[in-house]
Amino acid sequence: MLQKLFFLLFVKSFMAIFIGLRVYGKHNLPKTHPFIIVANHSSHLDTLSLLNIFPLKDLHRIQPVAAADYFNRNRFISFLTHKLFNILTIPRSGINKENNPVKLMKNALEEGKSLIIYPEGTRSLTGEIGRFRPGIAHLIKEIPGIKVVPVFLANMGRSLPKGEYLPIPFFCEIVIGEPLSLQGDKAAITQALENAVKELKHNYEKYYFQD
Amino acid sequence: MINAFEKLSAVHRGGVLVLAILTAATIVIWLLKKVKPQSNLEELVNRIKSWWVMAAVFFGAISLSKNISLLFFGLLSFWALKEYVTILKTRRADHWALLLAFLAVPVQFYWIHIGWYGMFLIFIPVYMFLFLPILLMLAQEPSGYLESSAKIQWGLIAFVYGLSHLGYLLKLPELSGRVVSGQALLLFLVIITEMNDVFQYLWGKTIGTHKILPKISPKKTWEGFVGGVLTTTVFSLLVKFLTPFNTRQVMLVAFILAVAGFCGDVVMSAIKRDVGIKDFSAVIPGHGGMLDRVDSLCYTAPIFFHMVAYFYFQGIIPLF
Repeated sequence: MLQKLFFLLFVKSFMAIFIGLRVYGKHNLPKTHPFIIVANHSSHLDTLSLLNIFPLKDLHRIQPVAAADYFNRNRFISFLTHKLFNILTIPRSGINKENNPVKLMKNALEEGKSLIIYPEGTRSLTGEIGRFRPGIAHLIKEIPGIKVVPVFLANMGRSLPKGEYLPIPFFCEIVIGEPLSLQGDKAAITQALENAVKELKHNYEKYYFQD
Repeated sequence: MINAFEKLSAVHRGGVLVLAILTAATIVIWLLKKVKPQSNLEELVNRIKSWWVMAAVFFGAISLSKNISLLFFGLLSFWALKEYVTILKTRRADHWALLLAFLAVPVQFYWIHIGWYGMFLIFIPVYMFLFLPILLMLAQEPSGYLESSAKIQWGLIAFVYGLSHLGYLLKLPELSGRVVSGQALLLFLVIITEMNDVFQYLWGKTIGTHKILPKISPKKTWEGFVGGVLTTTVFSLLVKFLTPFNTRQVMLVAFILAVAGFCGDVVMSAIKRDVGIKDFSAVIPGHGGMLDRVDSLCYTAPIFFHMVAYFYFQGIIPLF
């Protein structure tokens, strides 16, 4: 309820007027939940704009996966981000059987929740896409047949880079690729995902800039 | 009917004229399609469609109220600056300077809103010019400092300072003994600038062969430039009623605006070539970028404003 109001009153107009968000390839999103969105990460705007493309009535079905050490660092931030963004916090260190990230994500998917995952594990500072971590492959292996959608997010890190709190109104864009069916070992799956997002970036840049 | 037209206010007559031009253009394109169905008129059809929409939005914005007009021009300015900085290569250290540049948009339009002419004139060229480099310097990243500073200043002057002159036209005081309002002057400026773009395009498309600036804008031709400027100069007689000018003056002003509009267009093309993008429209697909539409206005608006202010409003606009 609070999330819907927040998106309706604030996020929608912020994204439309201030950011001027554009979305390409929306038809590539699966019609039914659950699925996994895999995107590059450079800004807090990433999650805000990805959630913005879904209808308000579906918002509760989408959980952005976030680092517990960062988003649970105090009770205020934890409360706010859980309420407004419906985040699923996973630990980055001190992992045991109880808090195993793969298990937590698997549980969410089995409950019918779709996940937004940034396999780089942190926000990029340069605009370059970093190495994908293998955790995502573990998860995909656990749930065969899950649809995985690669997404490239453009200009978010220029608008609100790591360490800044006020965004600049650069035009930001979301490029959604075709859903992937992934096979092979964990290393192959991780690499295939990384390549898919990097290819979206490559095509995006080719479209905008001439040689 | 001509009598009824004469009775309308200048701005309303301008509106009727634009309506007539758009209707005529639509009919001509429709006829062309009938006569030569095999020719590719897709681009023309799309262009005229967007002209209808833009004309409707523009007249809506300027006829509702002065505040809504200012809000509209403020948004136009904001959007143009947004397109400009998005295509630039910016550094992480430019964050606060860029924020300040955007913050200057509402502030500049606020000066117009309260009618503080002196501040409107100097806020960006004096205060922003001096303060922005300080903020940029405080980021302590000397590599690329001058380039960033120059790029941001350029955008501020062209898209915020330049375009804000559209807004101040609306704030010009009434001239005693003349029926012409600031609204009418604004309409004159926009009609001349946009018609000049259209004339340049049409002449270039039909008889253009000799390239004028092949390295900057490969599609622009001498025929388009000369034909456009001459047609605009003659066309201005049709909209003379929007201005306090006599026949000779209106043609001279239109001539200057036509050349200035062309310059704005190709200067923006030079930026596009430098950055390496094909089109600002790539930023806003389908619609054509806002900058591709207002590039000529960035040049014509300040030039027209200061010509009018110098010849007709000297000592009349209160500075404070």
